[in-house]
Amino acid sequence: MFSLVVGLVVAVVLLVLNIVMSKLPFVPKEFRILTIVSIMVGYIYWGFEPFAHHEMHPHVAEPSYAFDGKAEAEAMKEHGQDAAEIEAFWGRAAAIGALAGNAEAGKELVVANCTGCHAIASEGFEQSLSNEDLAASYGVVPPDLSIAGKIYNHNFLAGFIIDPVKAMHIEHKYPVGGAKVFPMPGSDWMGDQEIADMIAYLSDAASRVKAPEVKEGASEFEVSKAANRKVFEAACGRCHSMGYAGIEALTPADVMSAYIGATPPDLSQYIRSRGDEFLHNFINDPQRKLHGTGMPRVGLTLEAENQVVEYMEQIGDSKKAEREELGPKVLIYLVILALFAILWKKQIWRDLH
Amino acid sequence: MAEFEKANSVGEWFDQRLNTTSFWRVMMTEYWIPKNINFLWAMGALLATLFTLLLVSGIFLLMYYKPDVNMAFDSVNYTIMQEVAYGWLFRNIHGVGASVVFLVIYIHMFTGIYYGSYKKGREMIWISGMLLFVLFSAEGFSGYMLPWGQMSYWAAYVITEIFGGIPFIGDELVIWIRGNFYVSDSTLTRFFMLHVLLIPLVILGTIVFHFYTLRFPHVNNEEGEFFDYKEEAEKYKSGDKANAKVISFWPDFLSKDFMVISLFMIFFFYLVFYHNAFAMDPVNFDKADGLKTPAHIYPEWYFLWSYEVLRGFFFEIAGISGKDLGLIAFGFAQAIFFVLPWLDKSPMVKPANQRPLFKWWFWLMMADLFVLTIFGKLPPTGANAWVGFYASITFIVLFVSLPFITKLEAKKAGGN
Repeated sequence: MFSLVVGLVVAVVLLVLNIVMSKLPFVPKEFRILTIVSIMVGYIYWGFEPFAHHEMHPHVAEPSYAFDGKAEAEAMKEHGQDAAEIEAFWGRAAAIGALAGNAEAGKELVVANCTGCHAIASEGFEQSLSNEDLAASYGVVPPDLSIAGKIYNHNFLAGFIIDPVKAMHIEHKYPVGGAKVFPMPGSDWMGDQEIADMIAYLSDAASRVKAPEVKEGASEFEVSKAANRKVFEAACGRCHSMGYAGIEALTPADVMSAYIGATPPDLSQYIRSRGDEFLHNFINDPQRKLHGTGMPRVGLTLEAENQVVEYMEQIGDSKKAEREELGPKVLIYLVILALFAILWKKQIWRDLH
Repeated sequence: MAEFEKANSVGEWFDQRLNTTSFWRVMMTEYWIPKNINFLWAMGALLATLFTLLLVSGIFLLMYYKPDVNMAFDSVNYTIMQEVAYGWLFRNIHGVGASVVFLVIYIHMFTGIYYGSYKKGREMIWISGMLLFVLFSAEGFSGYMLPWGQMSYWAAYVITEIFGGIPFIGDELVIWIRGNFYVSDSTLTRFFMLHVLLIPLVILGTIVFHFYTLRFPHVNNEEGEFFDYKEEAEKYKSGDKANAKVISFWPDFLSKDFMVISLFMIFFFYLVFYHNAFAMDPVNFDKADGLKTPAHIYPEWYFLWSYEVLRGFFFEIAGISGKDLGLIAFGFAQAIFFVLPWLDKSPMVKPANQRPLFKWWFWLMMADLFVLTIFGKLPPTGANAWVGFYASITFIVLFVSLPFITKLEAKKAGGN
């Protein structure tokens, strides 16, 4: 309705404008016409691009990287829901995240509790089975934890260790008492300090991982691409392929489909099809953008998420730098051409007036 | 055969054989254009330029594109966009060019309507121009399918489905067009053929015809003035260029065209490099999937107004289903512009704003097309559906009432 009214008003205003300007002797006629045409073109553009986007993709809350449950609790209260449980859960996770952990003690706990299923290749804990067998046993290949302490937020890791389903916002896939059980059990029974120690160890281990090797004399772009690829593989690569980068999901597609109910999409062109803003919003908490999706919240820090999205752009829009370099040159050339064209026209038309 | 003297120059050599001097004079230096024009008269030459850009970029894309459902998407988005040197540039020129060519077609078309350049001897200019509009629409639609993205697939599905509404032969016709029961590889390959061969071929021929139609009735001018071209041409040739009402096609007219084109190219290449997403819908960067319908299906912006007329009728009226009514209205919208010269009963050839009644019709039509375009993209639910319905009705009513309005206008003008 709003648009309809605006459309009519604009048409009437243009008509009036046209009549008024035609009475003014000092406004060049061609300028008057150009103004009217530009306003109409601009209005149509506004209608089918920004306005339509706004109508079809309602804005959602800004992504939050605090992982302290505050934003969630607030949203629940706004809807008149009881947020006590969420507040208690994330309150504990945030308290653990703030504790100083002991990496030495953490290592023992990790060996006792995690390395049975998880590899930590950088620390010498190799993967026990092939990806196919791991996927067949767990539904999805369990992540290698080499850089987990760096790319995942520590509050989130604490919440995840206590109750992975709750931390990842996939209660709808694994309801309490339901037939499906998430492959990783929660460790509610562990003490806060113990959890903090494990996170300290993972963080320590991650800091020992060296930057990926690149060819000598590699460009800045290649160096950042190699580093971003590691983060992308760790954060996304167990479920998602990225064909244009030669990355195939570690978990076979059919197993994945049985596990989650759909085959996770190849992400090669997601920077074009979804765009930067959507990706950040979605990765930060998939449920907000696509309610009911099987994709879990993975708890990436802002830095890691930036690396993931940047990698998607480096693969999906690999010629961006070339485009931005060539653009100004072409435009400068055209401006010079236009200047000559104007002079030539003036010369030819001098005799005609 | 006439005796051929030995030529003294290359020019003379060709002149002896091809009569180039006369040809150049007839086609260029003594092809007369009215002087009283503004930059909107450069849209034709601008369209020829944009078409050339589309043709050339299309030839480069054709070298790497693969018309096969399993390869099409990656041949565009990987091979062309990322592997081939400057493949991205050609694709952006082609994609943005397709969108911008429609923008300029619409400006060209509504310039014609505004200045009354479709009547009193100029009917064939109008009809050949409308033919080009239809051909460009078919070219745009067939080309949109080639990247084989989600919107390619579902737009093809929805648009081919329209033909199913035609009585008696509808269902068979849809299968005949698709080459299968659903949109499939055979659909892609035939639309590929249409896009790169048949339609461009017909377009080229029609462009030549469109130029030819201008020759005898001459180009209209800003005031719709009729004058004696012979007399004015004599004035020009005798050196009185300042007082002649005509200018030569070359170099006078084309120097102005070239200026407008050069300025427009700055805008065009700005879009190509920095603002091309409007012409290449994000949804189309998801590979086609016949099992996954996108949340919103909509055509490119230049088809939105007619798409909105198609879906504007969403309920049954007098026993005719909404789908059939929409189809009838859609057919009406496509065909009605062709007969505009006969719907405008007023003999007045003047800018719309100098016509007492037509000016209201013109600006109301523009406003209605704006509403149709903008609502054509929005989901047709709730109030949106009703806006679409009333805007579609308005479109039809405006055209049906045009003969009466213009007749009244003619009577009024006669009485003054």
